Amino acid sequence: MQDFFSQFFSPDVALTLSYLFKIILIVVPVMISVAYLTYFERRVIGFMQSRIGPNRVGYFGLLQPIADALKLMFKEIVLPSKSNNFLFFLAPLLSIAPALAAWAVIPFDYEMVLADINAGLLYVLAMTSIAVYGVIIAGWASNSKYAFLGSLRSAAQIVSYEIAMGFTLVGVLMCANSLNLGDIVIAQEGGISQWYCWPLFPLFVIYFISAVAETNRAPFDVAEGESEIVAGFHVEYSGMAFALFFLAEYANMILVSILAVIMFLGGWLSPVSFIPDGMFWLIIKVAFVLFCFLWLRATFPRYRYDQIMRLGWKVFIPLTLVWIIFVGAMMQTSYAGYFH
Amino acid sequence: MIFTDYLFYLFSSILVLASLRVITANNPVYSALSLVLAFFSAAGIWLLLHAEFLAIALVLVYVGAVMVLFLFVVMMLDINIEALRQRFWSYFPVALLIALLFIFEIYLVVTDKFFSSSDPAGIPLEKSNTHSIGSVLYTDYLLPFQVAAVILLVAIISAIVLTMYGKKSHKAIDPKDQIKVNRNDRVRVVKMKSEKKK
Repeated sequence: MQDFFSQFFSPDVALTLSYLFKIILIVVPVMISVAYLTYFERRVIGFMQSRIGPNRVGYFGLLQPIADALKLMFKEIVLPSKSNNFLFFLAPLLSIAPALAAWAVIPFDYEMVLADINAGLLYVLAMTSIAVYGVIIAGWASNSKYAFLGSLRSAAQIVSYEIAMGFTLVGVLMCANSLNLGDIVIAQEGGISQWYCWPLFPLFVIYFISAVAETNRAPFDVAEGESEIVAGFHVEYSGMAFALFFLAEYANMILVSILAVIMFLGGWLSPVSFIPDGMFWLIIKVAFVLFCFLWLRATFPRYRYDQIMRLGWKVFIPLTLVWIIFVGAMMQTSYAGYFH
Repeated sequence: MIFTDYLFYLFSSILVLASLRVITANNPVYSALSLVLAFFSAAGIWLLLHAEFLAIALVLVYVGAVMVLFLFVVMMLDINIEALRQRFWSYFPVALLIALLFIFEIYLVVTDKFFSSSDPAGIPLEKSNTHSIGSVLYTDYLLPFQVAAVILLVAIISAIVLTMYGKKSHKAIDPKDQIKVNRNDRVRVVKMKSEKKK
């Protein structure tokens, strides 16, 4: 890429251009996947509830996400009275920016990563943890009680589940001996039996549930519980500002799914030796994890708020701590091979 | 000047401006958000010094957790700025004393009299940042590290104990009782014979 651009430009400009091109190569497919994830969600939940779902725009409703996006773009953005203008418009940006920035360190195949940094795992964790600012600021700047209640719920929930999520990642990095996401995948080479979802099974389950809570999805979607607080933190937003929150939520869903695949399900590695590794494995696995997200939403009723907090603090955090100690102890025995 | 020098001046000027906003902003929410921006800029400067672990840990811990809880509290406060301003001069001597002490401490660090410092960016690390910090922390500084951990544990326990005292006014239900509930506690089936129409 850089060689191609350096035919026409000076080295510095060529480097910048090649990175810009790579960023576009990541962001555009992510945005398209976000659009079609909404379609996928409506169809899948439709079938699970014996309905048809959107099937009018284009073949099988395939153009529905595009129609929705166009509709949102041309809608008026309503500014609530006595709201804080600057923060009101800053909030959607603060929620979409970290959701996209975290993709910089995600490896898609061998050597196929934008920024191959050593502390990739920590970087992703930091980016997902600052996504909460969009929610908090939106709730406060809207000058609305429902929005404020939603943002308070969401802030407490995300901060609580982040701890459990962080501890599950500690287990992974103990096994992989690295914080680099590419190295974590390569450490799982050698077929389906080498994936970390087996030795770290409890952590895998806890990671998945925490990821659902972290992205404010059902059954943990009290931050926007329609039946209690209308739509939570984004109740005052309309048009493109609302669309940004929507995009951020779905981009975060794909992000936590791809992280689950990289850390526990072997990333781009093939489960069996006779089929080669490749990016298509990553896509298939991510699609499956996302399907589980939707499956959960269609199956379970919403948790009560105090039950969410209890689950996070009193069940998940002690469990992860116990399993980390167990993994550490097993690594000193002759069974250490199972944990690498 | 190379490109990273420009970045350094950019981050430092944002850091200074944001820190000023923390103490001058009228709205406490703005103060808290400026502090977040200041943390980000400080993390950027650390990244320039190749301290990637520290930079990301700063964002992760302070921005991602501590400041969120700060904002949580600050947003619910109803602060009357005028009422606070009236007592400004009564607090001034204490604030001045603390400020002078702080300036003196910074002077000690910056002038390099007591703290020997070398150019951290000039020393190439053999292993990754995280690996180096970990190996130093768990070998040379094991005891101070453990002591710090114990102090934190004491702080956690005392914070929890503080919330347990006082009048119990909340209506929270004990989850144990909820789990033990069975059908007979909640529903009573009354059998009745159907009445005949007269």
